[in-house]
Amino acid sequence: MNILIKGGRVLDPSRNLDADLDVLIEDGRVSQVGEKLKARGGETLDAAGLVVCPGFIDLHTHLREPGREDKETIATGTRSAAAGGFTAVCAMPNTEPVNDSAGITRAILERAAAEGVVRVWPIGAITKGSKGQELAEFGDLREAGCVAVSDDGRPVASSRMMRRALEYAKAFDLTVIDHCEEPGLTEGFAMNEGPVATWLGLRGYPPVAETIVVERDIHLAEITGGKVHIAHLSTAGAVDAVRRGKARGVRVTAEATPHHLLLTDQLVRDTEYDTSTKMNPPLRGDADRQAVVAGLADGTIDCIATDHAPHSVDDKKVEYDQAANGIVGLETAVALCLDRLVRPGLLELRQLVAALSTHPARVLGLPGGTLKPGSPGDVTVLDLERRFKVNPERFESKGRNTPFGSWQLTGRAVATIVGGRVAFQAR
Amino acid sequence: MSGFPHRHLLGIEALEPSDIQTILDTAASLKEILDRPIKKVPTLRGKTIVNLFYEASTRTRSSFEVAERVLSADSLSIATATSSATKGETLLDTVQNLEAMKPDMIILRHQSSGSPHFLARHVRPAIVNAGDGAHEHPTQALLDALTLREKKGRLKGLRVAIVGDILHSRVARSNLWLLSKMGADVVLCGPPTLLPPGIDALASVTHRIDEAVEGADAIMMLRIQRERMSGGYFSSTREFHIRFGLTEARAKRAKKDVVILHPGPMNRGVEIASEVADGPYSVILDQVTNGVAVRMAVLYLLLGGASEAES
Ligand SMILES: [Zn+2]
Repeated sequence: MNILIKGGRVLDPSRNLDADLDVLIEDGRVSQVGEKLKARGGETLDAAGLVVCPGFIDLHTHLREPGREDKETIATGTRSAAAGGFTAVCAMPNTEPVNDSAGITRAILERAAAEGVVRVWPIGAITKGSKGQELAEFGDLREAGCVAVSDDGRPVASSRMMRRALEYAKAFDLTVIDHCEEPGLTEGFAMNEGPVATWLGLRGYPPVAETIVVERDIHLAEITGGKVHIAHLSTAGAVDAVRRGKARGVRVTAEATPHHLLLTDQLVRDTEYDTSTKMNPPLRGDADRQAVVAGLADGTIDCIATDHAPHSVDDKKVEYDQAANGIVGLETAVALCLDRLVRPGLLELRQLVAALSTHPARVLGLPGGTLKPGSPGDVTVLDLERRFKVNPERFESKGRNTPFGSWQLTGRAVATIVGGRVAFQAR
Repeated sequence: MSGFPHRHLLGIEALEPSDIQTILDTAASLKEILDRPIKKVPTLRGKTIVNLFYEASTRTRSSFEVAERVLSADSLSIATATSSATKGETLLDTVQNLEAMKPDMIILRHQSSGSPHFLARHVRPAIVNAGDGAHEHPTQALLDALTLREKKGRLKGLRVAIVGDILHSRVARSNLWLLSKMGADVVLCGPPTLLPPGIDALASVTHRIDEAVEGADAIMMLRIQRERMSGGYFSSTREFHIRFGLTEARAKRAKKDVVILHPGPMNRGVEIASEVADGPYSVILDQVTNGVAVRMAVLYLLLGGASEAES
């Protein structure tokens, strides 16, 4: 597919590039980035006044297919990604069945090829059935197309198992992504432990239950030489652990979600137990939130990931402690970060683009995350001035579960181009 | 119309001191009806109230039922054992089915904190929280306050010790809100395992019961639930009683006219010694009568009873 993206501000953190240039994509790949380029057939997209970035990659998406097509499908989930500015999503393996074998991985990729509008990179399970007992067949998973392994949703409780996973994964150059949670401290939790949970009478998940496991994983990565990626980091202690780990050369990377960057547990009280504030890890207190923002700004946290977790209305329209964990994130993440992090000056635009494109590509060794000629023709185009109101009823995702409904935001992705094909364009 | 500025009673936290005052004053004046030979007024005739109890609670449920009967409301009680909840029907489905009866009010007792707030968002009737999880139990705090006010003549400036399992107690939270809004001085006491973080925002905290009860006008003993005893929150009921239980000797450290409250049912020999429970400070019977009176007041204020209330 060919397309010429003309007259935009090209921001490519992989090459320290920030200049008004044209981008030409031919046969699905970036062929030239330069001045006054000419289209040789195909479409032209006028990007005057817009920012042209390497396509955004979400490291943490729950597509739900196979098994829970009532919540999301590969078709709706990838449309949701495109609408939010993502050209690729990494699909977490907690489907039904769990993606713990090559056959399931291949089925996901076949479905993605047929119905997906953005790239889908499957993540395989660490243990069979994500049950924490036996290692999944990493070699087969890698060969079938998995780009990492994770037991997200059912975190690896055994330190021995995590150690083996980090060791074994080295043979296949796989990163182990861990949802860090010490289950002995979080049993039955409904929200963050702290004064708000106290007054609401809800069971708490103490921040330290995350921090302990982040520390553990970093030490295990250190002795094994394996690569660990910390999923949806949410505590000051975890930020500090990753910062120290990186400083001594451990192969550790980390991601944070927009909701942990922007919201606190106070919202549970302010909304009187609205279940769209319920997720795992839970919204934390403001000191933790600020530490996560600081960790992103100073580079300790590499990536912004959505933890897109669509649920049916029935799973959320129940008592707070009974409600499913998670919120949809693909269609709000980029806009939220532009409006609430870049606009107020907490993060530079260049840093945001890196955290959404160059860094995620680098963390998992994915193609993309750059506009270097020869790389995939995946581009996200931003309009920093576009104002809109978040309307969950109009999400492409099947999920409506978001705490950001009715938020007025300025700045969003207005075009998403995957392999030179326009997957989404805002009207 | 009563002019009470709330449609539901979900917790004490959302009330202004003036609202609390109104409920207590109304309860005090309605209480007289309970002494009449014919304990019935037509105030809520034609109103339908559903008592929906997902946890066993003879005490609270019968208190609401008596209040409803005295005010002539039509009422229906549903307890979990007899409801479809046991068949896996959701709370919302159950209540939406009940709505076909066009109830004016639902009294809800439920194990999930925030369940009355959830219902208030999704159904039409007024909601009264009769205890939600570890969150609030507003009518219990109101009846305790009415009892204290009767015995002490005031709430402001009273020194009140709340002792025991604060962590899991909705009674403690509602009382803490109410007493601090009304200007009482509250001291909380229990083992650190049963004192949740941030609870000291509205009260002082101590782990020594002798300190907590020293000079107290009132002592509120919380029930230690059986399942906590195996939960690793303390080592044994024996040690709990010795270190945190209210004994006769400890009660003597309080003011001479101290009032001892317990939401019941009591574990004698655990949080409270029998000689204290049966002693002269106990106001259990007043609590029962006042429970009916505050519940009458709440029903009356929320359902906007007609003016013939006093007839
Ligand atoms: Zn997770």
